[in-house]
Amino acid sequence: MSTPPAHPTDVAAPDVLPAEEKAPSRWVPVGRFTMSVLRMPSGLIGVIILVAFTGLAVLAPLFIHPSDLSVTQATGPLLAPPQKGYPLGTDQAGRSVLDLVIWGSRTSLAIGILATAGTMLIGAGIGLVSGHYEGRPGRFLMHVTDWFIALPSLPLAIALAAVIGQGATSITIAIVVTSWTGTARLVRAQTLTVEARPFIERARALGATDNQLIMRQVLPNVMPLILVSSTLTVAGAILAEATLTFLGLGDPTSVSWGSMLNTAFMQGAVTAGAWWYLIPPGIAILVIVLGFTLVGRAVEHVLNARVQPR
Amino acid sequence: MTVPQRTEERGTGTEPLLDVRGLTVTYRSGKEPVYATRGVDLTLAAGETLGMAGESGSGKTTVAMSLLRLLPAESTVTGEIRFRGEDLLQANWGRMRAVRWAEASVVFQGAMSALNPVQTIGDQITEPILLHEKVGEKAASARARDLLDSVGVPSRRVTSYPHELSGGQRQRVMMAMALACDPGLVIADEPTTALDVIVQAQILSLLTELVRERGISLIMISHDLSVLASTCDKIAVMYAGRLVETGPSREVIGTPLHPYSRALAGAFPTLGDPASRLSPGGLPGDPPDLREQIDGCPFAPRCPEVEDRCRSGVIPSVRLGDRAAACIHVPGYEEGVDHV
Amino acid sequence: MSEHHDEPTPLADPGVAVPVLEARDLAITFPPRRGHGAARAVDGVNLALARGEVLALIGESGCGKSTLARALVGLVEPTRGEIHYNGELLRRTRTGLREFRRHVQLVLQDPYGALNPRQNIHDAVAEGLRLHGQRAGLTRRVSEALEQVGMRPPDHFFDRYPHQLSGGQQQRVVIAGALTLGPEVLVADEPVSSLDASVRGEILKLFLKLRDDLGLAALVVSHDLGLAWNIADRVAVMYLGRIVEVGRVEEVLLRPQHPYTRALLDAVPSMSEQKVTEVLGGEPPDPTAMPQGCRFHPRCPLRAILPEDKARECLADMPVLPPGEDDRQVACFHVDEWDRVAPQSTETRDPSEVTT
Repeated sequence: MSTPPAHPTDVAAPDVLPAEEKAPSRWVPVGRFTMSVLRMPSGLIGVIILVAFTGLAVLAPLFIHPSDLSVTQATGPLLAPPQKGYPLGTDQAGRSVLDLVIWGSRTSLAIGILATAGTMLIGAGIGLVSGHYEGRPGRFLMHVTDWFIALPSLPLAIALAAVIGQGATSITIAIVVTSWTGTARLVRAQTLTVEARPFIERARALGATDNQLIMRQVLPNVMPLILVSSTLTVAGAILAEATLTFLGLGDPTSVSWGSMLNTAFMQGAVTAGAWWYLIPPGIAILVIVLGFTLVGRAVEHVLNARVQPR
Repeated sequence: MTVPQRTEERGTGTEPLLDVRGLTVTYRSGKEPVYATRGVDLTLAAGETLGMAGESGSGKTTVAMSLLRLLPAESTVTGEIRFRGEDLLQANWGRMRAVRWAEASVVFQGAMSALNPVQTIGDQITEPILLHEKVGEKAASARARDLLDSVGVPSRRVTSYPHELSGGQRQRVMMAMALACDPGLVIADEPTTALDVIVQAQILSLLTELVRERGISLIMISHDLSVLASTCDKIAVMYAGRLVETGPSREVIGTPLHPYSRALAGAFPTLGDPASRLSPGGLPGDPPDLREQIDGCPFAPRCPEVEDRCRSGVIPSVRLGDRAAACIHVPGYEEGVDHV
Repeated sequence: MSEHHDEPTPLADPGVAVPVLEARDLAITFPPRRGHGAARAVDGVNLALARGEVLALIGESGCGKSTLARALVGLVEPTRGEIHYNGELLRRTRTGLREFRRHVQLVLQDPYGALNPRQNIHDAVAEGLRLHGQRAGLTRRVSEALEQVGMRPPDHFFDRYPHQLSGGQQQRVVIAGALTLGPEVLVADEPVSSLDASVRGEILKLFLKLRDDLGLAALVVSHDLGLAWNIADRVAVMYLGRIVEVGRVEEVLLRPQHPYTRALLDAVPSMSEQKVTEVLGGEPPDPTAMPQGCRFHPRCPLRAILPEDKARECLADMPVLPPGEDDRQVACFHVDEWDRVAPQSTETRDPSEVTT
């Protein structure tokens, strides 16, 4: 392709690049990023796991009827090992364990994701603000964060359950309240690092207000950290939910992996040797945590590789 | 291409201290090889100072690090590095350890990162002494104090940590470390790059004095030609991993033979020279990508005097007295005089 | 690209026109930190930049030149003194600063660090316009700016990222980003010191081209005297927060009068002979521990050879140079003594014909 005559101070455009349209599309980097993640074995496996679980969770109402989940209407043999028609056996009320695991994923995933969203919003928000406004507001926020770090999560969760009532809400709140501090500290440290770099000064010189600085310059550079942190936080939140529900703080009427483990223990599945009741929820938790962790690592790897100069 | 050494002037015997032939270094980071240097030839007599000039990516630091085999494990090095008659590339690791520091040492670039922040400078100077020589702690400490004195740092600072010193002082400490075991060769990699003009003058003056007093040979690497011109006997100019010109420093800078040397010299104006007043000397374009095998002269894309025959084949170096340059425009190229 | 500059503005007639950027009695003191006292980074500076002029601000690290530069673009609040743009006082209000930023822009030392790694080149150049809400014709203005700095064709670079460009190209992008707002002044802090030698000249040529094409004035902060020779009309030498000498480049660099300027020039390594002069001993100055009286007196080679009574005068404070663009000014009580007591070695530097 022809180029206009060169001025003595001109820089030659690299020959190998094809010409682009006027302003580059916003979504091209997102597409490229997704492809990079999928190209990594860990990314691919992680995404497959997550898609499978999420797909099953979302589509569950299509093939599981409320009657299958009702304790009173279940028709299967009681606490029976895996057999034809019940690939994972049945629970003490005759419900298919497989149905329960799939249905339970809805609650576990929902709580995990909601709790993570709350954690990220509060944690990242406080981290960004305290990192940017370093003086008194920043220090004050850090003191608040330190105070929350000192709160023990389990007693807090129990106390919340006593006050608000058992169930998904109190569990979600308990998880958020005890997790946001980790994110806040991480985001604050990254904010401080980013703000020390010259392009922040350049943006200020160009006329950016504090708000514009945070949203346009700092946040995009902290976002990779937030993304990676989210994937790992979801894993932690799902584990936390399972733990709290297992301890009996959850809604007794809803099904989740934690509640399955809880019921299994309460109903003496251990002594009865009903392994098919205990192991599937545990493995489900394991696999989904693995999925999130793998995706988190792949995302981190891709984001680091893109920013590192060669 | 060898520049004949001036043994008559130094009177130190017939063999050069350092004789490098055909040094070719390829890095293998990741999947693509990087051709860092190609066919570099250098000689250095005892007590002589050689300046290696070039910009980032020219290969000058690679050459310097390869002399003591300090390159990363994934690099391939071919050629010969004869130090005091012995080919270091064939030496075993035990011999290399003995050579390193006791016979040839390095003053690294960026003194702040080259010094261990959690060790006192006294400990860092005595460390090589204790490693290489059979002296006790007391004697080594005394030597360290003497060294600090000779580089202009008060010897009571021997218990200070690097962060307690200024940039200029840290650079002096690096020099004291390099001299700790009385080497015959010191390699200074960008010794004054981060320093201000006045501190730079202090460091350069100190370096030249120490080197002269002790009869040490010096290889100084810098992108700043004026620094090399004022301290070195000979200059070797590198571009894209190849040696493009060598010769006595005054001549290489005063009347450069290679167009790149000319451009590089032009980048540093002489104050008072009307030619550079309001007229900065520059060079359009960028250095080539060392991941690719370059055919022809590597400087061809940016050369103001380029011709078709520059773009393919190997442009050999032409010797002109005690100078040499790898360019078709050097007088004597056509006649095939002294192609090496 | 800027509606104000269709033809180059001729160089102002000094003494008659209002300076485009001016610092009056500027002082910036950083509060004390652990283990150190207060740092008087800038301690009484008067400096004026004429329209279309290139002024080099030379000094070593710790002299306060970078702080002064940042105050001149409004990034640092002065402890005392005023900044004037085109004769008008700069008010540090939100709107005042925003308006100011459209006229005075900044170029930094590290071009790679100065670009947000997550922004492609198009967005990096467009950032200034977006911040000011000027979205009309955005891409066209980005193209024009990139062409102005010699990156052609511009759309080849739009979706590249900073790490894919060379240092020289990155710096051009930074300059293009500054140009989109149509400033009249560029303040550059060591714009070429982290670039390769051969690229340095190209960027310096670009500054001169922008001055010729757009009438841009430039204040270039550097430690490199050669840079002043290459592109500046006037040069100001700074030491420990004060300007010690200012004047036209030919005057100051070839016939320096302040002992510090002389020491600086003597310390520049010579390209023509193998010789290094260690002119000035001691450590670079520390703004938290200022000497009494003339800041330079502990290291001053002139003072060392003056008779006792004159040397004592150096313990009185160093004069602050008043504003005045073309006058040659030297902040030393004993300027005339120099030629009498120690003949100047830099006389050999005077070429027989040097005209502006």
